[in-house]
Amino acid sequence: MSTAHGQAGADRPESGTSTQKHTAGAYDVRTVISGLIGFYGIVLTIMGLVADNADDRAKTGDWNANLWAGIVMIVIAVAFALWLFLRPVVVDPVALEKEKSEGTSDGSDVTPH
Amino acid sequence: MVLAADDTLRLDANAVDYTLVVAYFAVVLLIGLAARRRVSDSLDFFLSGRSLPAWVTGLAFISANLGAVEIIGMSANGAQFGMATFHYFWIGAVPAMLFLGIVMMPFYYGSKVRSVPEFMRRRFGTGAHLVNALSFALAQLLIAGINLYLLATVVNALLGWPLWLGLLVAAAIVLSYITLGGLSAAIYNEVLQFFVIVAALLPLTLIGLHRVGGIGGLVDKIEATTGGDEQLRSWPGTGLSAIDNPVLSVIGIVFGLGFVLSFGYWTTNFVEVQRAMATKSLSAARSTPIIGSFPKMFVPFIVIVPGMIAAVLIPAISEPKASGGTVDYNNSILMLMETVLPNGLLGVAIAGLLAAFMAGMAANISAFNTVFSYDLWQQYVKKDRPDGYYLMVGRLATVGATVLAIFTAIIASGYSNLMDYLQTLFGFFNAPLFATFILGMFWKKMTPTAGWVGLVSGTLAAVAVAFLSEDAFGSASIGVLGLSGQGASFVAAGAAFVVDIAVSVVVTMVTAPKPVSELVGLVYSETPKELRTDPEAHLLPWYQSPTKLAGISLVLVIILNVIFR
Repeated sequence: MSTAHGQAGADRPESGTSTQKHTAGAYDVRTVISGLIGFYGIVLTIMGLVADNADDRAKTGDWNANLWAGIVMIVIAVAFALWLFLRPVVVDPVALEKEKSEGTSDGSDVTPH
Repeated sequence: MVLAADDTLRLDANAVDYTLVVAYFAVVLLIGLAARRRVSDSLDFFLSGRSLPAWVTGLAFISANLGAVEIIGMSANGAQFGMATFHYFWIGAVPAMLFLGIVMMPFYYGSKVRSVPEFMRRRFGTGAHLVNALSFALAQLLIAGINLYLLATVVNALLGWPLWLGLLVAAAIVLSYITLGGLSAAIYNEVLQFFVIVAALLPLTLIGLHRVGGIGGLVDKIEATTGGDEQLRSWPGTGLSAIDNPVLSVIGIVFGLGFVLSFGYWTTNFVEVQRAMATKSLSAARSTPIIGSFPKMFVPFIVIVPGMIAAVLIPAISEPKASGGTVDYNNSILMLMETVLPNGLLGVAIAGLLAAFMAGMAANISAFNTVFSYDLWQQYVKKDRPDGYYLMVGRLATVGATVLAIFTAIIASGYSNLMDYLQTLFGFFNAPLFATFILGMFWKKMTPTAGWVGLVSGTLAAVAVAFLSEDAFGSASIGVLGLSGQGASFVAAGAAFVVDIAVSVVVTMVTAPKPVSELVGLVYSETPKELRTDPEAHLLPWYQSPTKLAGISLVLVIILNVIFR
């Protein structure tokens, strides 16, 4: 959260009535990061374990680069998943409605001039 | 010669690599589709973006800029000039990002100005607006050409297709990427893209360093090359600026790159500014570029260093570089990937590069599309048609721009170091814009006529310098001024800035200004202070306070400059 204002809404979800609030869930960008980097990590780790060969070793200077990079990516993916689990982003439906009536763009779909 | 690279560079990707690339695009596609459906149970996809933390907007902020041009161009620069390339980050980006956060953002936020052409129209009227919209549209087409050319280069390295076929296919892919709604989820994609790029470049850097014997090995090997000593120092950067006199070189870098080019780029670039506008409060908006400056100052280590490694590790670059032959530096990072990455990691790297190129080109094309349909077509050709009409114009503009980009890509392919080309373009378009913008914003007397006359004369000054230099226009330059490479663009940008300011001041003296009442929200002194300040700012902890974060960032960047001087 970037503001003191926002912190009350998102970093401490318990402070509001839980029935009125939604977490961003699958749409939280951290879910997507965790999923993709995790998938890459798993594929690379498997590659490091089963497909490690002399050609690759010659390229990397005798490191099992896929294995190590894969493990690090899995760790990062798990860290994002934990962060997501511990601090979910909560969307306040009241503020949401208010913003809707003001216009729906957050700027991400606006192109520069 | 660029086209000759066909014979030497071939990325040996296998099924696993393609799987990883496809996985990335599948995710991007899903994000696009989800964005299009605007999602279930009252949870609007976009609005949930508003409650995302500042680190997300901060990363999107630099990711929008960490595109193909930056990765390929900066690694090419690193291969050619070595450590002097760090200036593009520590002199040419971070100070301007901090300035944007501290000085400009309150003004943008308070005045509700949403785009540069909009500011030009309201502040100076039609003349400046038309000049600005036309030059912006042209700049976007030329830069889209660079991205398209780079995309075709990767396709070429992967599949061995000739450049023209690669260009056509790449153009078709970008077109479908834009149509599939990938852009509407831009912030999400950008954040994701940042992580994929780091996942690609960090292992590349580490393995590359390992291959040359660690940092010590890299330093030894570079020192052993001709002029290697200079490649290991960032100041005075005479190689980069191609200005032999060290004092003038430093002035060129600090004024041309550090002030005019970089402030012009960051403060008037609304792709970037809109990322910051997506936050909830003024303090968060100010924090966005400042938070972005922290990753930004460490990006060179995974972009420039691989270029430097490639320049000593790969014979196709190091041999002609030593013997003074022509080198195509643009392929440095691709060649390094080919040399050191095993299958698997190679797939991640290709996914990262393709992602960056497509996002970059899609951003250029859609920016062109918006300016063309709303700022040019609606304003000057056909007014007062229904929204659907302009949407259709926009779609046609997208297709037209993509086709035109194929031709501008051919221009780009003629440069052996794309940064030379890109910085030349920035000198033409951004430097005069920045001069007019900043003068119009702080000087209420500046007149509408001065607005457009200043812009035109600034651009002409930059074009004149490029024409008189040795190679900024390739063989069309006549070489009266002893300037070449990026030094020529620094000087061209400086000339554009100075001429623009001087002409604007003179023209203002003889023409009539706008009444002060029309300048509210457009000129700093006429914008009420309440609009420019955040009442809750003093409640924030230090790590959310823009000014304190900016101070830390500034100290860090000075330390980096001292360590790597």
